[in-house]
Amino acid sequence: MPKIVFVEHNGSRHEVEAEVGLSIMQVAVNNLVPGVLADCGGTCSCATCHAYVDEVWFRRLPLPSEDEQMMLEGALEQRSNSRLTCQVMTTGQLDGAVFHLPASQC
Amino acid sequence: MSGAVVVVGGGHAAGELAVSLRQEGYTGRILIVGAESHLPYQRPPLSKAFLSGKVAQEGLAIRPAVSYEKAAIDLSLSTKIVRIDRAGSFAVSANGEEIPYDRLVLATGGRARQLTVPGWNGRGVFSLRTIDDVLRIRREFKPGRRLVIIGAGYVGLEVAAVAIQCGLHVTVLEAAERVLARVVAPQLSAFYEQVHRRAGVEIRTGTEVVSIDAETVGTLGLLNLRCSDGTALGADLVLVGIGLVPNTELAEAAGLDVDNGIVVDEFARSSDPKILAIGDCANHFNEFAGRRMRLESVQNAIELARTAAATLCGKVRPYRVIPWFWSDQYHLKLQMAGLSHGYQEMVLRGTFESESFICFYLQGGRVIAADAVNRPADFMHTKRLIAEGGTSLSAHALADESCSLKIATGLLPA
Repeated sequence: MPKIVFVEHNGSRHEVEAEVGLSIMQVAVNNLVPGVLADCGGTCSCATCHAYVDEVWFRRLPLPSEDEQMMLEGALEQRSNSRLTCQVMTTGQLDGAVFHLPASQC
Repeated sequence: MSGAVVVVGGGHAAGELAVSLRQEGYTGRILIVGAESHLPYQRPPLSKAFLSGKVAQEGLAIRPAVSYEKAAIDLSLSTKIVRIDRAGSFAVSANGEEIPYDRLVLATGGRARQLTVPGWNGRGVFSLRTIDDVLRIRREFKPGRRLVIIGAGYVGLEVAAVAIQCGLHVTVLEAAERVLARVVAPQLSAFYEQVHRRAGVEIRTGTEVVSIDAETVGTLGLLNLRCSDGTALGADLVLVGIGLVPNTELAEAAGLDVDNGIVVDEFARSSDPKILAIGDCANHFNEFAGRRMRLESVQNAIELARTAAATLCGKVRPYRVIPWFWSDQYHLKLQMAGLSHGYQEMVLRGTFESESFICFYLQGGRVIAADAVNRPADFMHTKRLIAEGGTSLSAHALADESCSLKIATGLLPA
């Protein structure tokens, strides 16, 4: 199983095993990672699963949908490597990927 | 504190509370006692993607059983609590088991409000609140069948959208003069009525059902509804979506303060310091609104659970959220923020025709709430605008697409 790394805004690091096919948000929720709030349950309605993806991994991700882009535009502290983790699926290619969680989701 | 926290109820709020407690560093026993047989699950998809079959039952659980196991969160499912003994600090299950607690959290949620007319509980009459409800309804969801939905709130309209797309004949009866009357402005009600009618849903507002009779023979089929306007309506199945009744009986019997929900303060504490209440069943104080309220939403379930977890861990973190809701119908993504109650003016940005717009609700020149359709970015900006007091733009500027909401909320320099 690929390993996914979540880094909370306070620097706490969580390295977890991720099931291929689950969203990165679901991986965080299943592993009780604080900072991925996921209020809407993955329907791209709340932007509380926002994360900054380390550049090398960010480039490997399929492009965000228009809905995700619009939600990201309104998210707090959007950066060029912002994604909503409910819209990013776990694949073998993401083994070792690092997701940094924003301050707003502390 | 490290005693046993017992959570009565196994819904979204219960699951979130247990997880939040662990995340806050709580080390004592945590036990969730849920009356349903399912792990804590997402309710919003019940009337949307789960009803339509797009999401499977396995996809509804918020997290799998192993996640609770790993976090040492105990779950006792299919177990109904029937009594709370405050003097002895234990809860009693339906089979007589006494479950001792150091702190008790009531996350009892609510149940679908039922009709009171003759025939209200007959065969073919459904309500929608649980997975099991939807499994029953889905068996009857067959193309060509006639579905009558009573109540044009979110549940009713979401089910109408799914049903018409599944090929059923759908009629919605609403007692009020317009759909979504409790929650949105008349203009938005008109918009949604039109969308549903265009999709083929028949909507009758200002109409109540007077009785539901089972017909074994005859032209009207299985069920025969008589309406307040004197008309009759045939149906193969009826869905009643007329709101929620909070489950407060346990609290009431235990002598806790109850007033349209279990009364709790901004820290989720009830009138008994050892008992907290969260989610749909809790009439709480919200610092943002400056008043108490009872909200039926996922966000409220989650946030109040987090507040309660903090309280149980000795942290002072008052509940202070801007309520927000969402509803998906057809291709329309509706997102609502704030509480529009008492608004004086509605300002529209975008157009209804384009099916991409946001309605701002103003009171004393301030934006107090907004409903956005297919406008996620504007919704997010406006949520922040409301959090900041809602004052930085005039009504004229709010309506003007060339005025950036992003700038107004200080995300970008002007």
